[in-house]
Amino acid sequence: MKWLLVAITVVATALSDLLQSYELKRAGEQSVSARGIARLAGMVVRRRYLILSIVCLAFSFFAFMALVQSQPLSFAVPASAASFILETIAAKLVLGEQVGKRRAAGTLLVLCGIVLLAR
Amino acid sequence: MDQAKTARTYLLVLLFIGLRGFGNLLLAYGTKRLPAVLGVHPAAYLQSILDPAVAAGIAMLIFSMFTRLALLSVADLSFVLPVTAVGYVLAAALGKVFLHEEVTAIRWLAACLIFSGVAVVGATPQNTTQEARAK
Repeated sequence: MKWLLVAITVVATALSDLLQSYELKRAGEQSVSARGIARLAGMVVRRRYLILSIVCLAFSFFAFMALVQSQPLSFAVPASAASFILETIAAKLVLGEQVGKRRAAGTLLVLCGIVLLAR
Repeated sequence: MDQAKTARTYLLVLLFIGLRGFGNLLLAYGTKRLPAVLGVHPAAYLQSILDPAVAAGIAMLIFSMFTRLALLSVADLSFVLPVTAVGYVLAAALGKVFLHEEVTAIRWLAACLIFSGVAVVGATPQNTTQEARAK
């Protein structure tokens, strides 16, 4: 059960992040002032991809919530970070981001750290 | 990218990490004292929201979501992911301090790896698609 919850969390998180990144880059620079939050909230209920990303986020959230109830937080958080690889590859292939050697190396270092953190 | 934009991006990173870390902590604290097992009972999820710690955790996580949306509007996803990974170290530290979870020496090594990776990624351009989309 715990690995199913991890899998749901990972896939749903990756989909949600890709959709959000795509849509927010199109929308332009946003802020977290009161007006900025209101604007972002408006976008979340109006823009199709953001609505879909919130649905994915909800799946991810509830799966994660069930995971942290049964497992230590120090396992649940790093285990769900498997989405790192999936998302970095998709960011390059789908979003067209430039993932150079330095960024890839840094991401791998972070990933190794997260895996070690789960031990 | 000018210094003001860079500073603003890192301010959003810090705000997101703090909100996410403490939000997850409250969620973990709240859900661990619930009587029902979550996972297959939708009613149990709804009932869990009535717990003050769970409610506060959810509120912080919602605000962290808006902060992350703002962050994604100014930086690449492949930049945001590793840079915000400092949150995993914070989660382990909070788990140790507040939930008395074990943090071994190997986890401190993990924290060093994460900080090193963040430093390396932090030296790369934050937004590599802005110009392409503007065309």
